[in-house]
Amino acid sequence: MNLLYFAWIRIKMGVSGEHIDPPKNIKDIESLIDWIKQRNTISNEAFSDISNIRFAVNQEYVDIDHPVQPGDEIAFFPPVTGG
Amino acid sequence: MIRVQSADFDVGLELKKLTEGNRQIGAVTSFVGLVRDITGEDTISAMILEHYPGMTEKQLVDIEYEANQRWDLNSSLIIHRYGRLGPGDNIVLVACASSHRESAFDACHFLIDWLKTKAPFWKLEETSDGDRWVEANTKDDIATARWRK
Repeated sequence: MNLLYFAWIRIKMGVSGEHIDPPKNIKDIESLIDWIKQRNTISNEAFSDISNIRFAVNQEYVDIDHPVQPGDEIAFFPPVTGG
Repeated sequence: MIRVQSADFDVGLELKKLTEGNRQIGAVTSFVGLVRDITGEDTISAMILEHYPGMTEKQLVDIEYEANQRWDLNSSLIIHRYGRLGPGDNIVLVACASSHRESAFDACHFLIDWLKTKAPFWKLEETSDGDRWVEANTKDDIATARWRK
């Protein structure tokens, strides 16, 4: 899985993305976030307020219960502010 | 047509190209978004626009397609810039060409409202009080909701 981080999430994580190989029981965005958080304090802090984070799987907006699978491009970012 | 670029654009030139050779067009509307030099009580010296390459183009194509399904347009254009911009700089251009003004006005308004809540851009303002991420505005969500069928 390829993870991408944007805006303040990218700043907090210290990287714009990473390639991960999570355990097989990671089935959706919610369980993926739980797994990301438990790795270290930086990740735990960056994902502490999920209400301010939006998600995209393969470049489409999705909800937190959306399934994830190997090979997916999964992005985490704050609510968008274009225009 | 959609374009995502760091370079500036010339509004006059873009509008000319939008209507060139099509004599069915009777109306062109456009919206240009600019960087302001003030936010609340703080002065802005620059704005950095970050986006999600790939998803941005995908979302803009979808939004433009939706506008063309809903209104009878001869042509449409969205240009959105990214990178470091200064006060007064162009950020975004939305333009719609149609036989009649109603379609052109409505489609242009729809496009800029939807773009604000769908296009994956984030703004970092460099202000007199330090750097600050612009937060999403609930007014923009309400403006977008208005166009739901």
